[in-house]
Amino acid sequence: MADPAVAEVRAGRRGPALTAGRRVLDGFLRRREASVLLVALGLMIYFRWASPVFLTRNNLVNIAQATAPVAIVAVGIVLLLVSGEIDLSVGIVAALAPFLLHFAIDFYGQPVLVGLLLALLISAGIGLVNGLIVTKLKVPSFVTTLGTFFAVQGILLITSHAYPVPIPEPAKGTWQTWLGAGPWASITWAIVIVAIFHVILTRTRWGLHTISVGGNPVGATEAGIRASRIKIGNFMVTSTLGGLVGIMEAFRINTIDPNIGGGTTLTFYAISAAVIGGTALAGGSGTIVGAFLGALVLAELQNGFNLIGYSANTIYLILGLAILVSMIANQYLSRLRRAGGT
Amino acid sequence: MTGDALRVVGVAKRFGALTALRDVNLHVAKGEVLGLIGDNGAGKSTLMKIICGFHRPDAGQIVVDGTEVVLRSVDHARSLGIDTVYQDLALVNELSVYHNMFLNRELVRWPLLNNRAMRRRAEEHLRDMGVNLPDVTVEVAKLSGGQRQAIAVARSVYSDARILLLDEPLAAMGAKEGTLILDLIRDLKERGEVSIIIIAHNYAQVLDVCDRVNLLQHGEITFDKRATDTSLEELTELVVAEYRTSRNRRRHA
Repeated sequence: MADPAVAEVRAGRRGPALTAGRRVLDGFLRRREASVLLVALGLMIYFRWASPVFLTRNNLVNIAQATAPVAIVAVGIVLLLVSGEIDLSVGIVAALAPFLLHFAIDFYGQPVLVGLLLALLISAGIGLVNGLIVTKLKVPSFVTTLGTFFAVQGILLITSHAYPVPIPEPAKGTWQTWLGAGPWASITWAIVIVAIFHVILTRTRWGLHTISVGGNPVGATEAGIRASRIKIGNFMVTSTLGGLVGIMEAFRINTIDPNIGGGTTLTFYAISAAVIGGTALAGGSGTIVGAFLGALVLAELQNGFNLIGYSANTIYLILGLAILVSMIANQYLSRLRRAGGT
Repeated sequence: MTGDALRVVGVAKRFGALTALRDVNLHVAKGEVLGLIGDNGAGKSTLMKIICGFHRPDAGQIVVDGTEVVLRSVDHARSLGIDTVYQDLALVNELSVYHNMFLNRELVRWPLLNNRAMRRRAEEHLRDMGVNLPDVTVEVAKLSGGQRQAIAVARSVYSDARILLLDEPLAAMGAKEGTLILDLIRDLKERGEVSIIIIAHNYAQVLDVCDRVNLLQHGEITFDKRATDTSLEELTELVVAEYRTSRNRRRHA
């Protein structure tokens, strides 16, 4: 290669070498989870300072139990957002699943395990329907899952007569303790699920293809990736996790409530956790660990402000501001990452 | 160059009322570089997408290494050694260079990706092809247009492509980066293992690297000459004349 300019391009030298400080900063900024981790730790320190009760065991259980359902649903939401989709129906699937368990056990005499599997299978089926409508009929996921939300809500209210029921007798005891009622049960499930899906998103073909179909849908298809299969799979994972969370919450509060969270609170909190954790709504990038930390931040805010006597209404204002600040920070950090050089 | 690596016979394609390709006949010999030129909307990209298995033709035959094939999918075409570098490069900005190099052909130590092996092989292959990047773990979003194009070409070559389709490989690229890609194509040509079809609007560059030039007009190949037997002026005049004819036809319609 005679042309020195071309040789320079070939050699990849496109600017001055990075200073050590810049490299450290660049390395730090590369970790999307770093900023939300700092926020979570900062809130912990602040609330501990504002209220000595904050870090007591009992209150940590409260925080853990508030973090877990949001974090688990946020896992699915991150997968969908990364693949360029969204699911607004996951919260109502969470409300439906424990009723399916109740119907299977109390009306059809099925064992708990069969009831659980049926409930999760039907939840996955709702995700399958969402995925098929989005990918085969080309209806935007926002509209599809909005439709599914109301349809499932209708089914739920008709079949449950809009009344809560106690959890099935055979499910009490070990099942109930392991699946939500134990003080650390739900957070343990959350950590395991987050760890598994973090590995799936970052270390497997499924994860790589999820990023690809969200980052460059046309390019991914041209590369031979079956985008529909990836998206349908992620819708099914999200709905299944929603169903699992619904059952865990029912076991935790010892009641199956058709109005749990109104069906939207859980969804909106999970989307908020994902966004606060550093997942871009544009698709192609996101972090499951970040979403877990986002869920932790939301739980800390809610719990901490309750402890120091803020009204519950104020929390929504703070939550809204937290989402806006996170999105603005994400935009800014993305630009910094892009400008970070190679 | 002996025998045709690829032969396209009487291929036609319609999209609803629009006839994209009428009756395309084209061939490329083993190790040959064919330039495919034509005005915007002439059907070049459609033809590429048929050859790479993305679209199915409504009529006609595709013959690879003397055997007629029905290309069922992009994967099927790849399995026959046909690979494409699209205009949009099919690179994922959010992924690293080495993940892009192995996109949909990832090395796996089940159930996990074998990142170490992919990183090492990507480094080796890019070095072999003369594309030296400081770090294959960097996101492709951070690379220049030329480097991105080079990665897309290197990816196809690495996948053992024997017929490589390059859709506008020099589009929106500066002279310096264009030279990088032209050098890459020349290197491949010298090796003589890969047959290449290049779609390009820059006729000087087409003549520079191609052995033969085809012009696609109204969904048919209307011009087929060796690069040494034609000139920049002739190619430009052919396309401009076609533009004038179309304009006059529209005016009188």
